[in-house]
This record gives sequence, structure tokens and C-alpha cells, in this order.
Amino acid sequence: MPGILIVASALEGSMGRSSVELTGAARNLAGPLSLPMSAALVGQGRGIGQAVETLQQYGVQTVYRCEHPALTPGQSDAVLAALDLVVTKAQPELVLISADTVGREVAPRLAYRLRAALATEVMSLAVDGRAVMARRQVYGGRAIATLEVTARPAVISVKPRAFDVPQPQPVRGTVEEISLTIDPEALPTRVREAQSERAEVGLDDAQVVVGGGRGVGGPEGFKLLEELAAALGGAVGSSRPPADEGWVPITWQIGQTGKSIRPNLYVAVGISGAAQHVAGVSGSRTIVAINKDPEAPIFSLAHYGIVGDFRQVVPALVAKIKAAKGA
Amino acid sequence: MDTIVCLKQVVDPELPQWDFAIDPATKRQVRMGKPLVISTYDENALELALQLKEKTGGKVTALTLGPQGEVKDAVRLALAMGADEAVVIDDPQSPQRLAADKASVLAAAIKRIGRFDLVLTGCESADWVERAMAPFLAEALGAACVTFISRAESRDGALSVRRTSEEGFQTVDVRLPAVLSVTSDEAIRPRLPKVKDIMAAMRKPVANWTRADLGAEDAGGAKGVEVKDVSIPERTTKVEFLEGEPAEQAEALVARLRALKIL
Repeated sequence: MPGILIVASALEGSMGRSSVELTGAARNLAGPLSLPMSAALVGQGRGIGQAVETLQQYGVQTVYRCEHPALTPGQSDAVLAALDLVVTKAQPELVLISADTVGREVAPRLAYRLRAALATEVMSLAVDGRAVMARRQVYGGRAIATLEVTARPAVISVKPRAFDVPQPQPVRGTVEEISLTIDPEALPTRVREAQSERAEVGLDDAQVVVGGGRGVGGPEGFKLLEELAAALGGAVGSSRPPADEGWVPITWQIGQTGKSIRPNLYVAVGISGAAQHVAGVSGSRTIVAINKDPEAPIFSLAHYGIVGDFRQVVPALVAKIKAAKGA
Repeated sequence: MDTIVCLKQVVDPELPQWDFAIDPATKRQVRMGKPLVISTYDENALELALQLKEKTGGKVTALTLGPQGEVKDAVRLALAMGADEAVVIDDPQSPQRLAADKASVLAAAIKRIGRFDLVLTGCESADWVERAMAPFLAEALGAACVTFISRAESRDGALSVRRTSEEGFQTVDVRLPAVLSVTSDEAIRPRLPKVKDIMAAMRKPVANWTRADLGAEDAGGAKGVEVKDVSIPERTTKVEFLEGEPAEQAEALVARLRALKIL
């Protein structure tokens, strides 16, 4: 079925939010281009049936379901083998993939195999005539590029959290089984083990995030930030220097290289405001900056600024928040 | 282990915002008169290649594609850090080209270099951030592919690498030949060459090729993708500074967060 194919991932045994975001991204294109929406559902485990229902709730007309025990987290080679089969069958004009660990490997490889156009890490999508207009950050978030994608097929990778989960739009869809026969032992890459880093509240979904930068000075400083995050019911993240220095787990890194976040409240502590970091937080609704340097570029992004030593400001803030919540 | 490291030269990404401008003609950052550096993660990739060579032997080749007149410093630094030789592909248009367009040229160059076990790139370039080069090269070379790795060690003729994932890290076994893209880690901070290394680098071989030598066609755009516009977003927010002692500042902020119903 020529149309828009989204790659829905159930590698962890169930389907995550990023796949639903893709249905929202695809809707921006499906209407104006009059294209039907289908999904390649790749994964394993009991959650697959639920994933089919969810995709249909969000307007996916045809689900190409590919289950295989090798379709597990990080197994890009297995996912690519599955997608080879699905695209042969579906002959899509456009393929949308989430730019996650697997997607950022698979999207260019699939584009190469299909001799397709490629746009990566896209944050918004629109249509102009028959062309897909894809916008993405470049130069460490200092600028936004608009790419005009005219070729078909085209593969587009979408930055996680750039699109909201859309309103449901239920359709009565069909399911086609795709049978994958691969020998996991024969794949050139194999995930031997996965380690999770500590994260009590997930950064991706937190409504409040406290971010620390080089100005926090070390792991001890981040303890204060964790207290503030706890008082606000949020998560802690960092800019690049603390992650590079090993003060915090690398999964805490927010910015172009790390995660993109869009919380209600972002509190930047000891963060200068390098473009690389700003790229990941500029979608936050309210931004508070605490920095000892009144000239720090972060203040040009912030709604509220506090010039001062975070070692004094943050504990004062924790006390006032606790008092306010108790009141 | 014979490794080829792809290095891109970019305008220093640490330049202050006031020194950042887009050239309307090329729709790219103004390069003229700006300091050029090896793209951040590419330098980490070179460091990783050098460490693997120190453990397992073999040769490290630095490969760069760019306007020939601009890349001399990058090549000299790579050789001074410890690369054994360098290959420069002259392409005055390369700063305007997208990854798909450049991948075919780099792949042709890698095939011409000949023997390799490993190709390393940075996980993203500091300027265009497509994150696509390593997967493209893997396909073009028929090699295995893992991106965003921070560590690699040789194990039974294959590699064990640490890939950064959403949740943390994955340990991935990779067969050779492979193309890997490298992120950052304390263990692969680029080394600073010593004076004697800089002197020794002068005597190392540098091959100069052109796109035409490699049989690359001048396709212009990258397969149906055209950069229509590059613009610098305007900041519309105006900050309100909260004055006073820390307790007063905290009180003022809490009042505003309550008004916004965040608290």
C-alpha cells in the first residue's frame, strides 16, 4: 500500500510513546498528501497485540506486524531485516522512524538500501505542494534548517518528543503478518547486555526538570539540585560538561547530543546557555535560570532570572517551596 | 587493527553567538575568516583509534573531505596526535553538501585506501548534525554498524563496544569490518601532541585526491533533498530578574510559579 509507513517499535515487549508520536507526525503529511498511513510493527512479546490496537486508535489503517525473538532492544540489524521485508511489501512513499538508539542507525541504512532521500532528526513537518518540508536544528541549535524533500521514497527520522501524542482517531484497520526468518547468531552485531543508569523520575516525561551545568562544580553540587527536583516533584538533568566530566550519568545529558525535553518548568542552574544545551530545552514552557554571571547567555532564554550563588539560592528555594506546599 | 578515521573540519562551534552568521548565498554558516577546528566527536574518534592501535597494533589513517586549502591544520593535528598517514579529498563544495552526497565519495576513498578492519566517525558533526555518515558508510562498504559508542575493546578478532542508549549503555559485540560512530567519554579525551610529535608529523605521508579521481559524480544536491532555508530563531522572551537576598529571590520565584499554577 503506497503511503506513509511509520516504524512502530515494540522491541521492549510493548510499544512506547515515541511510536505514537510518529502517528502525530505522519498526520501532518497524510492529510495534505492524501496518503494512507500504515505501520511496520516490529518486536516481540505479549504487548504486540495491544500495540496493534493502539496504532489503530491513532489512525493507522494497515499494520504490518513482524514478530521475532531477535527483535529486542538495540538489535538494529534485526530491525533492518524486518523493515526490508515490510517496505518490499508496502512500497511506501514516505517512511517515518523515531531517531532513537535503533532509529538513528536504521534510518540512513534503510534510505541507502531504498536509494531514498533522507532527512534526520526532524522536529516539524509540513507539506508544500508535493514536497515535504522538514525542519531541524543545525549548528548546535543556533539555527533552524528547512529541508525540501521532493524525492520518493524518502526516509525521515523524527526526534523523540518533538511531536506531541495526537488525539486518537480510531480506524478499523487490517493486520498483515510479516514472517521474518533470520538467525540471530548470524547478525553482525549482537547486544550482549544493557545497563540502566539511575533515574528515579524519567527525564523524558518529567513536567519539571532541574538542569545543572559546569557551574554546579561537581557531584556534591548535584545533590542540592536533586533536593530541589524532589521538592518540585521533578527530575534532574545536566548540560554537557557535567556528563563529560562524569559528575552525573550520561543519560542525564540534555541538549543536542543528549535528550530533548519540553517540561512545564525548566530550572537551569550554573548553566551558561551554550547553543548545544539550549537546543534541548528551548521547548520548555517556563524557564528559570540561576547563575552567578548576570551576562550568561542563558538569561536571554529565561523567563525568570536569579543572579547569585546557587549554593545559597537553591536551599532557600527548597525551603520556600516546602513552606508553600505545606501552606 | 587497521583503522580509517573520518575527520570533518568545521567552524569552531564555541564561537560566541554574535560571531555566528548565515551566508544567504550558501545557506550555511559564514566560514570566511573564522577559526576552523576538527569537529568535536571526530577528534574523540581519532583518539579511540589511536588507543586501539596502541593495544593491538596496525595502522591509523586520517581521511578528510574538504576544500584543500582549509584542511591543512586538521590534517597536521591528526598526524601529530599519532595517525600514521592522511588522505585529503579536495572538494571546494563540501561545506554545502549533505551526508548522503559525501558518503559515496568517502566510501570510494576507503575502498581505494584498501585494507581496513574499522572505520570510525564522530557521532555527529558540530555543524549539520545529520548523524548519518557511519550508517551510510557501513552500507556502502558492506560492514557492520554501531553508532554513539564511547568505548571499544578488541575481543577474539571482533570488537566489544559500549553504545549510549536512552536508558544507559548497551554492550554490543560487533564483527569486523565495522563502521562505528563515536561519542564522548573521559577515557577518549583527545591527546595534546608534543613538540616532537608535531615535528614527526611533518614527515608523514599525505595523499591528495579529488572527487574526480574517485569517480564521484557531481550530483549537486543529495538525492532529492534541498536546503531551502537556514535561519537563526529570534528569542522573544524577556527575562525578569528577581532581586534581593537569596531568601527574597526564592520567595519571589515561588510567588510567580504559584501564579503560573506550576506550584
